[in-house]
Order: sequence, then structure tokens, then C-alpha cells
Amino acid sequence: MSTETRELTCIVCPVGCRLRAVLEDGQVVSVEGNTCKRGAQYALDELCAPKRTVTTTVRVVGGFLPLVPVRTAAPVPKERIAEVLEAARQVCLEAPVESGQIVIADVAGTGVDLIASRSMPVAASGQH
Amino acid sequence: MRKIECDVAVIGAGPAGLAAAARARERGAGRVLLMDRDRELGGILNQCIHNGFGLQLLSREMSGPEYAEYFINEAKKADVETMLNTMVLSIGADRRIHAINQYEGLMEIQPKAIVLAMGARERNRGGVVIPGARPAGVFTAGAAQRYINMEGYMPGRRVVVLGSGDIGLIMARRMTWEGAKVEAVLEILPFPSGLTRNIVQCLEDQGIPLYLGHTVIKIHGNERVEGVTVAKVGSDFRPIAGTEWDIQCDTLLLSVGLIPENELTLDAGGQLDPVTNGPVVDDEMCTSIPGVFACGNVVHIHDLVDNVTREAWAAGEGAARFVAGQQPSGHVIPTAAGEGIRYVVPQKVHAENLATRDVRLSMRVKAPAEWVRVEAVLGGEVVFSKAERVVRPAEMVSLTIPKGRVAPELIERVVSAVDGGADDDAAKLVVRIAKRESSSEGGIRA
Amino acid sequence: MTAYEHNADVVVIGAGVVGNAIARELARYDVSVVLLEREADVAWGTTKANTALVHAGYDAEPGTNKARFNVTGNAMYPRICAELGVQFQNTGSLVVATSPDQVDHLRELLERGRANGVPGLEIIGRERIVELEPNISPEAIAALWAPTAGITGPWELAIAYAENAVENGVKLMLSSPVTAIDVEGGRAVRVHTPGASIAARFVVNAAGLFADEVARMVGQTDFEIVPRKGEYYLLDKRAGHLARRPLFPVPTAHSKGIVVTPTVDGNLLVGPNSYIVDSKADLDTTGCGLDEVLAGAGRLVPGIPVRDNITNFAGLRATASPGNDFVIGPAPGVPNFINAAGIQSPGLTAAPAIALEIVRLLGEAGLALAPKADFNPIRPRPARFAEMTDDERAEAAACDPRWGHIVCRCESVTEGEIVEALHRSVPCTTVDGVKFRTRAGSGRCQGGFCGPRVVAIISRELGIPADEVTKKGGASRILVGPSKQGNWQCEYGECGECSGPGASGARGRGEEAGAHA
Repeated sequence: MSTETRELTCIVCPVGCRLRAVLEDGQVVSVEGNTCKRGAQYALDELCAPKRTVTTTVRVVGGFLPLVPVRTAAPVPKERIAEVLEAARQVCLEAPVESGQIVIADVAGTGVDLIASRSMPVAASGQH
Repeated sequence: MRKIECDVAVIGAGPAGLAAAARARERGAGRVLLMDRDRELGGILNQCIHNGFGLQLLSREMSGPEYAEYFINEAKKADVETMLNTMVLSIGADRRIHAINQYEGLMEIQPKAIVLAMGARERNRGGVVIPGARPAGVFTAGAAQRYINMEGYMPGRRVVVLGSGDIGLIMARRMTWEGAKVEAVLEILPFPSGLTRNIVQCLEDQGIPLYLGHTVIKIHGNERVEGVTVAKVGSDFRPIAGTEWDIQCDTLLLSVGLIPENELTLDAGGQLDPVTNGPVVDDEMCTSIPGVFACGNVVHIHDLVDNVTREAWAAGEGAARFVAGQQPSGHVIPTAAGEGIRYVVPQKVHAENLATRDVRLSMRVKAPAEWVRVEAVLGGEVVFSKAERVVRPAEMVSLTIPKGRVAPELIERVVSAVDGGADDDAAKLVVRIAKRESSSEGGIRA
Repeated sequence: MTAYEHNADVVVIGAGVVGNAIARELARYDVSVVLLEREADVAWGTTKANTALVHAGYDAEPGTNKARFNVTGNAMYPRICAELGVQFQNTGSLVVATSPDQVDHLRELLERGRANGVPGLEIIGRERIVELEPNISPEAIAALWAPTAGITGPWELAIAYAENAVENGVKLMLSSPVTAIDVEGGRAVRVHTPGASIAARFVVNAAGLFADEVARMVGQTDFEIVPRKGEYYLLDKRAGHLARRPLFPVPTAHSKGIVVTPTVDGNLLVGPNSYIVDSKADLDTTGCGLDEVLAGAGRLVPGIPVRDNITNFAGLRATASPGNDFVIGPAPGVPNFINAAGIQSPGLTAAPAIALEIVRLLGEAGLALAPKADFNPIRPRPARFAEMTDDERAEAAACDPRWGHIVCRCESVTEGEIVEALHRSVPCTTVDGVKFRTRAGSGRCQGGFCGPRVVAIISRELGIPADEVTKKGGASRILVGPSKQGNWQCEYGECGECSGPGASGARGRGEEAGAHA
């Protein structure tokens, strides 16, 4: 049986409690330092299956700007972030783009879609 | 020269201007003109592609552009007229505006009310006096953000960030995700300036070291940045000899604070608060110039856009009331920052509103504190308070005194003290921090 | 690669204010002139980092070159600046004494000034000082009032001189450091740069900090240029009112001391300190140096608001050693090689007079000076939106929409001005070049907002990919490359025009993306 102690900062609320969690064989067996229940849950999630929303840009052709911002529609496993970013690097959209439009469905096999996080109109000719 | 008349002219189409313009229309203003110097609506939100916007106000987690788009649509629904690529040059007597753009040339705009929503600029190298050479590669974090997220260019590949403000933290992650190496984030204060969530997700996640109580004391490189010398600082924020070391980098990003953009406010003769660097406003967000309102970062620096929008609604409503001749008359009571508080906005409240409306006060604390009570003290009496588990300088604290909460007799007494020329707490609405003992209480105590 | 071959009657080395004044003075005559500059633009040495003062001339010892050319140069300023469209304000100046022994020193300065021929000097008492300068230190008890002193725009003047020179036929070669000078039979005959070799009948050495190295190329070793650093604070226009004219402390042996002065653009300039450094490339500001500057300034005007600081910079004075005086005249044994070296303060003031003297010396050395019939001494001041009346603004924007598009909001600089600056007779290819010509990026946000716009305009106008635009030439690129193969959108141009070299398509990234609309 392997026991390890991990320290992390709770981000559920502005208090920012310093949490200490004890893991046995990768399983959280105790959490200390939290001042509310949500902190304990945060530690469980963060240590067992940390997730993040990824926000980046993808190229767009013929748009008002050369890039359109995108984000994952839901948080994805933290260890998959690099793959999501790489997938975004490979894409090039064509304007117009609608906010919320799916840019990559099931990005990097995460089960989560990468969606446009703003509309990108076609660049006007002449005066913008 | 083209002459334009309107009910309300809003200067700046970032989150503050968008919400103020829409709200002014919704509250009955006729023609509302929203002007911005940029080529599209939304202001700086358009370059803030990270998430975390709108959680408080819309209960959704949005990116900056999404939040902007939501309020652009609100403004459109409200039939706000927009004018882009337009620079306001001056605000003269009778609120007459001179503005210019490349389509219409020079214009004279005569609104019945103005909302100032010019936002803020970033403090730069000169503002923090960093010695050394003057090469290319020193950027404010926001300028770098614009290059990367909107223009499609990398400002550098090996980066040191000075300042742990949220923009700096966000950019540390952003540059990492675009393939740059962020060597360190330095913060001169002994505590981080940004939100804990950003410290965790932007620095700890990426393995970027944060050095608290450190600063850059020299920039190297005559053409492009080649490195920086950093050092630990003492309690006087001066570098401690013997603690310096060099970090090689090609880029220094500065995230060392925002300064409200009040050149137009000053031009118009508006009075500024030396602490906020923004105009002195009342609870309807009216500045010292009748009919000229202000909201958002031009008034004081916000950390959450949701609070900007709330403040902008108040300004939009105030402007509409002014146009309709419904602004409260009579007495105003000054507010004051008491124990533990650095500043409070608004700087004055209408006595009439204190009796008839909710009055929202926004403030910043001087130092982090736990288990406290934020108290509103009118004429020496605590009229409302709120318990907080923790307060930090990085996070704005707000306190809304509910309608009908304050006894009319008390308001009257304070008004007479103000009229009598008193300058003590008897004639003020003071906001202060008080320690509390137990950890059992929480939430708002009515 | 074959070096570019050229012939010139006169090669002027160094395009600072002195070299440019000389070139422009030579342009009056029927002589061919090549003006060489090591940097990517003119005025980038000592000219761009000094106190921007037009001194009255009481400092230098009577009989020195400094004394002579200061006083004559000062008298030339109103006319030169009027001809060249350069800002000059005859503000007068004060040397402020704060103790009785300093008052004695003022009397010495007064006597020296009178000996140098400086008009109008007088010592005034506290009451007059306060009237002139309401923010003066309470310690001030007397001052030397010099009514002929003033302030100017040093790089403005240097650029104007260069433009007028080029418009009158001078050939300017930028990014051309002199690597060698051939001497044959006791005459300098050929000047070499990495890209060119120029056969010359006469050579003028106005190489500023590097004048000793250039002189050594013809065998002259009797002087050395010692770089002496001065550091500055430049404050927001909000603080500009704190001084109405240059305020000096009582000088020391090495320096006129730390000055508090308004600039012609309305900022407050504070500095410089003064110390010798090892390297001619050392333009670093230092923590203790800046502290010294602030402390010094505080003795003249208490409570300088550091929070209004816009930028700090350092300049290097080209101090000739031995002697400390300007080195004006031919190199020993090389009569066609004429020095204008060691031009430290009051070099800016003296420059117009030095130019006259150098031309006289060239004539003496055998250069035929036949006036050119078509010489045009006028270089109109480039239009500036910030200086226009409302009617002029309306008209400018109506004629050209780019004059209705404000790029730099702190200084109200329009796209029209920036485009104009990029296409004048002296090439401007960098962000700093645009700044020095238009003030875009000189304001309180220091290019935070307009930086990306200026880069885009330079890219479009000059056909340089955006990520190759530099701050100040060489390796000073602003951007290091595209983020994820993104392309730079040409945001202002009419479609079709920007698929030129400025559009990223020319670099082969994102071909289709190159066309922007």
C-alpha cells in the first residue's frame, strides 16, 4: 500500500483554503484544511479527475480577424489539454463563424465539443 | 461639420458602455448614441478569450467575446445607435462633444446626458520605473494579449511576467499554450494580486513559478530583450542587495495595474477621486458635472465584469432619469472609507435614494482579512452590515443597503449635519471593516 | 557582393543634429554630398536623448569653441526653426541659487555670460522668481535670468535638417557605419561602409560618440571621446505646468546639473545626472541614477509627481578628452578631413553655428562654394492633427478619411500623419521612427493601444511583413512570428491593395488567408 500526501489550493470560493489530502493507492482517504464541504469535494475531483475548460483560438479565412476564439463546451480532463490545443492548431475555419458553432466535435476524443466563442463576420470590403 | 443631437451619448463600447446604453434606452431615453474608437463593439472583452465571465450575473460561464456578444445583442434589441472608429476629442460646455471618424469627419454631438465608459489603460514600464535598457520585447500584458488572440502574432517565446494581476496570470497560461516558455511570474507584494483560481489554473497547472516579494530591477538587451535581473524586495519595496539573479528571456510582460482613462473627464471639468483615479460619482453614477455619468473601469478598477455591468445599469438608468428630469433633487450625503477600507464608490449618495431605493456600495479593502463584518455606518449608527469569511484587496467587496432599511429620522439628522457644514462621521455614510469572533454566522444579516 | 560605388565632393559622417545641419548647409552650394549614418534612422545617437535646451551661453569659458558657437547658435534658432518648421520656444531660463555662496556663483556666471556676449542676463530675487515660477523651491533666493534661452525638439530639428538636405540634393545612406577611410598622399580619399565605398574630396567627421574612432581611421589620435551618461524622467503633460522654462541648479565643474524643464510638447523633463561610463552602447538607466535625478529635481521643484512618469531614458554625451571643448577643424596632416567632434552640451544650441563654421573651413580647404540657384531653405512643418483648429481638422478629414482616423489617442495622432511620415524624403521604417516623427506612442500609454496599429500601418505602407517590423532597426523586432500560422489581417486598406508584400500571403503562410476580404 502506497500513501502520499498532496497539497492544493481550493478555488471554489475566494477564501482559497490550503488543502492537504492523503491518498492511499491513488484514492483520497482524507482531506484537511477545508472550511466547507465544497472544499472536500473539490479536493476529491481535483485529485482523482482534474478537469479544465480549454480556451484558445483557431485560424479563420476571410474573417474580420485572422483568428476566432474557441473553448471546450465543458471542462475536459486536464491531461488532455495538450491534445485539445494541438487539434485546435490543425483547424482552419472559413468565415462567417457563429458563436457556439461546433468547431471540432468530440475534440481529441474527450467527448466534449470545441465551440466558437464569438461570431466572426466576413471581412467587409472597403470600409469596415 | 455634421451636427448630431441625441438624448444620451455613451463614450466607450466595452461592457460598461454597452450595458449603460441599453439600460438608458430601456428606461425611456430616446436616441442613444454609443461611440467607440475601436473598429468593433465589445472593447477589451474581445481579446479576453478565456472563460470565467458572467458567472455572477448570467449564471453562465462565458468567454470575454461571448459576454460582449450577449450585451451587444442587448444593445441592438434596445435600438442603441452605434458609431465605431470614432474618437471623442473633447467634451465642452453644455456637454457638447467633438468627435471624429474616417467616415463622417469631424462631428459636433449635443446630447442631453453623457455616460463616460472609456475604461482603463495599463500601467506601463514608466509607471513602475524599471531601470535598464530600452529594447523591443517589453509589453503590457494586454497589448500582448491583443497580438496573440486577435492579430495572430507572438510577441515573444521566452517570457517573464512582472505583476500577478489577473491579466498577467491569464497571459502566462495563454503564452504557454501557444508554445512559449514562461520562466517566472514576479509580484512585488507579499501576496498575489490576481484571483486564487488564476494562480492555480494559470500558474500551478503550467508549472510556472510565482515569486512573491520580488521585482525586476534591470532589463537587458539593446535591441530585443535578452534577459532581466530580478531581486527580492524589502518591506519598503526596495530591492535587497545580494538577492538578485538573472533570468534569460526575450520578452517582459507587465501586469502592474490599470489606470482609469479620465482625460476626457478632466477635459470636461469633472472632479477626480485621488484614490480611485476616477470621477467622483453619486449613487446614480453621476459625476460632479450634472448630466455626465460614468461607469466601469473609468470610475474604479473592477476585477469582475459582472460588477461593471451592474454599475453600468445604474449609470444608464441615471442618465435616462436625468433626461426625463427625474433625477433626485436636494441633499447628498458623502460616503467615506473607514477602518480597513481603501476607497468606496459612490463617493456620495442622494438622501432621497437612501430612503426609496436599494443603494449599492462598492469598495476595496486595504489588506486581506478573515472573519470580518462589512458595516455601513450612517451618522455614527450601523445601518447595515454583511459578514464575510475573507476579504482581499484583489476582490471588490460590495454592500447593498436595501430600500427602507434606513430610518427616515436618521437620514434627516445626517442631512442637517451635512447642511450645517459638519465634516465628521455624523455627516457621512462610512463603510468599515470590523472583526467578528465566531465562524458560525454567514451570509447577510438583515 | 560588389560594394556600391559612389563619388561625392563631401562625405559627412554622422546624421545627428550636427551632421544634418552641416549637410543642409552644404546643400546651399553646388557640391555633391553623401551623408552616412550607422543607425537605421537619423538623430538616434546623442540627438535623441538630451535635455532639448537652447542654452543662452553663460556656462562656457570665454574663448572656447563652446562659448563661441553657443552664443552664435542661439541667435540662429528662431530663423532656422521657422525655415524648417520646428518647434522652438524662447522661454528664457533660470539658474537657481539656494544659498549665499551660490549667489556668488551666479555673479560669476553673469560675468562669464557677458564676456561671451550673452544678451539680457540679470540676477533676480526671490519675488521675481516666484512670479516666473510659482512651483519653485522655497529655498530659492536668487536666480540668473537668461532671456535668450529656450526649448526645442532635438530630433524634430535633426529630422527637419536631414529632410531639407535630402530635398536639396544630399544623398543620405542609413544603416551605413563607416568601417574604413583610405588616406592617400595626406588626404582622405575614400570612405567605406559594409555596403558601399564612396570616393570623397572632403570628409566631415560628425560621428558623435564614435568621432574618435572615425578620426583614427585617418591617423588622428589626439583626442578621445569619453561617453558621459545622463539619465532622465519624462513626465505626463499633467505635470508639464510645474516648470514654465528650464530651471537649472548652480552648475558643478562637470555638468550644468539636474534640470527641470517643460518640453515643446508640453511634458515635464527632469534630468540629467552625469557620470562617465565604459561603453558607448551603455544606455541603461539605473536605479540609483534615477533616484539621484529625482532628488536633484526636488531641490528645484519639490514634489515632482513620480506617479506621472511616462518613461525613463539615458543619453550619452560625447565628451572630448583632453580639453572638454568641441573639436572643430581639420585633422593634423589631413587637411581635407574636418572634425565636428566632441559635441556635447551645448551642442544642440551650437549645431547651426557649427555647420556654418564647418562649411567655412571646407571652403578654406579648397572646396568651391558656388551657391545653388534652386536651393530651397524651407521645409514646411508636417501637419499635425493635434495642432489643428477644428476647422482644419474637419477639412483634413474631409479631404482624406485617414486624417479622421485617430491611431494614437494619447497624442491624437491620425493614420494620415503616420502614412505621411512613412513617405517623406528621409526614410522612416521603424516604430521608433514613426514615434519621433508623429508622436504616436509618445504619450502616457506609451504605445500600449496604438503599438499594434502602428505596426500594421508600417507593414502595409512599406510592404514589410508585420513580424519583421522593428522598434529601432537591427534585431529589435516587435513580434517573433505568427501564433499558430495566423496571418496578419490588413485592417485599413481597401481590398486588393493589401495582398502586396505587406500581406502575409507573401510569406507563404496561409495562402488563402492572405486575401483579407
